Amino acid sequence: MSANPLLEVRDLRIGFATDSGVARVLDGVNLSVERGRIMGLVGESGCGKTTLARAVLGILAPNATTEGGAIRFDGQDLLGMPRDRLQREVRGRRIAFVPQDPYGAFNPLFRIGDQIMELMKWKSPLRDQGERGLGALLTPYPRARRRADRAAAIALLNEVQIPDPERALGKLPGQFSGGQRQRLMIAMALLTNPDLIIADEPTTALDVTIQAQILKLLRSLAKDRGVSVLLTTHDLGTAYEICDDITVMYAGQEVETAPVAEFFANPRHPYTAHLLASLPDPAREIQEIGGEIPSLLSPPTGCRFHPRCRSASAQCAAARPPVSGERQMVRCFHPQPLQQEARL
Amino acid sequence: MRILALIAKRLVWFVPTAAGLIAVVFFISRVIPSDPVALLAGETASREAIETLRIKLGLDRPLLVQLLDYYRQLSRGDLGTSLFTTRPVSEDLLARLPATIELTLAAMLIAVVIGIPLGVISATRRNSPIDHGLRILTVGGLAIASFWLALVLQLTFAMKLGLLPLQGRITGFPPPAATGFMTIDALLAGRWDRLASALAHLTLPAVTLAVPALATVVRFTRAGVLDTLGKPFVTYQDAIGIPHALIVWKYVLRNALTSTVTQIGLLFGILLAGAVVIETVFQWPGIGTYAFESILQSDYAGVMGFTVYAGGIFMLANLLVDIAHGIIDPRGGRT
Amino acid sequence: MTGLAYVLRRLAHDRSALLGLILVLLVVLAAILAPVISTHPEAVWDMNPANRLKPPGGEWLLGTDRMGADIYSRVIYGARITLLIAFVAVGVSLLIGVPIGLWAGWNELWIGETLMRVSDVFLAVPQIVLAIAIAQTLGPSIENVILALSVTYWPWFARLVYAEVRTLKNETFIEAAIALGVPQWRIVLQHVLPNVASPIIVRTSIGMGFTILTAASLGFLGLGAPPPAPEWGRMISESREFLPEAWWYALAPGVAIFAVVMGFNLLGDGLRDVLDPRLRRAHER
Repeated sequence: MSANPLLEVRDLRIGFATDSGVARVLDGVNLSVERGRIMGLVGESGCGKTTLARAVLGILAPNATTEGGAIRFDGQDLLGMPRDRLQREVRGRRIAFVPQDPYGAFNPLFRIGDQIMELMKWKSPLRDQGERGLGALLTPYPRARRRADRAAAIALLNEVQIPDPERALGKLPGQFSGGQRQRLMIAMALLTNPDLIIADEPTTALDVTIQAQILKLLRSLAKDRGVSVLLTTHDLGTAYEICDDITVMYAGQEVETAPVAEFFANPRHPYTAHLLASLPDPAREIQEIGGEIPSLLSPPTGCRFHPRCRSASAQCAAARPPVSGERQMVRCFHPQPLQQEARL
Repeated sequence: MRILALIAKRLVWFVPTAAGLIAVVFFISRVIPSDPVALLAGETASREAIETLRIKLGLDRPLLVQLLDYYRQLSRGDLGTSLFTTRPVSEDLLARLPATIELTLAAMLIAVVIGIPLGVISATRRNSPIDHGLRILTVGGLAIASFWLALVLQLTFAMKLGLLPLQGRITGFPPPAATGFMTIDALLAGRWDRLASALAHLTLPAVTLAVPALATVVRFTRAGVLDTLGKPFVTYQDAIGIPHALIVWKYVLRNALTSTVTQIGLLFGILLAGAVVIETVFQWPGIGTYAFESILQSDYAGVMGFTVYAGGIFMLANLLVDIAHGIIDPRGGRT
Repeated sequence: MTGLAYVLRRLAHDRSALLGLILVLLVVLAAILAPVISTHPEAVWDMNPANRLKPPGGEWLLGTDRMGADIYSRVIYGARITLLIAFVAVGVSLLIGVPIGLWAGWNELWIGETLMRVSDVFLAVPQIVLAIAIAQTLGPSIENVILALSVTYWPWFARLVYAEVRTLKNETFIEAAIALGVPQWRIVLQHVLPNVASPIIVRTSIGMGFTILTAASLGFLGLGAPPPAPEWGRMISESREFLPEAWWYALAPGVAIFAVVMGFNLLGDGLRDVLDPRLRRAHER
């Protein structure tokens, strides 16, 4: 979109080695996240959005192979960066992470306060990079900074509406509800003053009633601080609520990218159009998309949606469509025309 | 408060289990075909004299009555009198207990201090040559007959190489007795030469005893760490940039240890069992050799006393393990 | 029997389990073919003082012992004793322990609970302590060793099966079978038993190794088969007074013990990996 996005993924190709062969999970995906904006990465389960999010941080499973492409963050190449540098400089500090499962993410044996302060010991904005390796492990946590960090933590816990933060720090993770734990992780994500937060389906595991709260909280905190967010979700409603831009993925390929308003007003890719049409509407019957998600072990050639697409032609199977469009980008040989009756 | 409840629960279980154990061994030991009373009375004793002695010792009464009497005796803390040493069994055992504990603790120390890090390394470098090597070694360690290993080590280090002493606890005069642990006593008295001798003597038996325990610790630690490494909080800590070494050695290890710690109770059983044979081979004057000697001499009181002691030590070890578990895992419930 | 084929196929992929199987088979074969492969089959029980304590070489592959008998042949024949003791003792423990565990686990009667408390008693003290007491009481012989080992090992099977049955009883498919009115004995035999079979098999293999070590320890302490039986533990014990000169005397029986126990352990581990995908069984011995 712009000339200098904060995060830029170009033509990323990732495969997973399984017992039955190599699953082509990402097939040349492009993605851009602008500074200060919230990008929603939308798609059904298995479309590769989580893989993409994790690839940025380099926390993929051991059986994953990056076969090609580039990931650039603020001008730096993340794919080529040595692991320990990624660990020290980028993770937690410049790119923060909010995982999907609040129940598993905390170590159940250590107090919340200890786990938060562990993060701050290494990633606090007040820390200068200094030592590495064994020296760093043995250096104690300076008192003054610890006090300042603790105060910052308590302040942020207040902002995410955790009651009685002082006491909360002394509790075990098991003593918090799912929603509270998710808030804690959002707090931890913001404490280090990152430039980008990657939130991987942050509300999927929560009750519907809580979801909206958490999302709004995330959005307001991020906007206040000018932090970009890459949010993955399978729920269009979520995307509509808090995202500025949306990228839709299908079976390992991104198919459309647009700012939120344009996206919902004029979906251009047939898949996107179907997605929006399939949202339940009391005025009509439920509309579904015929067919099934393809297997990633032997996916369709070219545009992977073509077997289920009404507008498909021979061209679609032959090669993957290139990107077309400026503000609203779509990869399709037969995109929907721009004039479309307004929905929602 | 939780800890007190734990202790209370263990103690409540101790009594019936110990009673059952004692009953079993009691009945077995009374079925001995040879007649130690005759032996006691002497070769020239007449039938009447033997019978008189038997009645005097109370060995003519029905077995059940003898058992109940024994329970009563135990509740007073009296383990009976050894038929052969003519000293109270509890005195004999108490005198020999420190030797066994010193040996067992040394072996436990070796097993845990070496075993846990090895288990962690084996798990974090899964399927590497180091891992495969360690797995072979641990299976091997559990397959070696401890008495055979003792002999091989004696042969190599004591006989052929002359590096370490063959048997016993110390060469020359022991340090002034304070705790009964020769190493500590020597330390307390500042006698470095005594300490050196005691440590040299302790080495071979402790190493031999430690081998199966070490193998077990490595295996359980490896399993626990592997299990924990798959948990989502490990990925999360990695994602937020916590140094990897810290994740493994501070966080993963603690979670893995919650299951390992309960195995340490099992370890004690292994060590105690091994102690009987190894003390015999190394002439280590502990309760293991006492047990064996009592059995050979058909010394009822000795056998019973040892069994009670062994049972008691085992239960105590389990209790300590439960407490340790409670500390490591503050969640309060059993996993 | 596709179950068996599946197990064998997966085992074949595990190199250490395969090694274990080979070791076990080798020892079993050696025991069966003892008269054929030993060099002095008739002299195993002989006393030939002229040949005593000869080092390995020439006529005597592994040297001779204090009676002049060929150690190699005695070790081969010793395999018979060891395997006999192990198979029978573990077999008897199985036959006693499994039904008790099944019965106690399925029927929640006080008798079952009591039986489990009794087995706890046996588990409370290391097996060898009890085995020594029993074996010494009854006198040194193969039968008594087997008896002592069986009496002290059945609780392991009983406890294992008991725990498994208790867990299985809560499974929905069992509840469904009960609700459908399937007779209890059929449920136990057709549904419960196959599911507890895997842990039983694993423990059997590991138990074999464990029993062999305990039996050898008893032999070492003089409580096993009496001389001149070529029992491995006793042979090692005899060798003590002739060390360090007659170093070969202790070596062969010890290596034999190591090989066969290693075999059963590797096999047991391999079986566990294959049969039990829930690898949280870190508490198994």
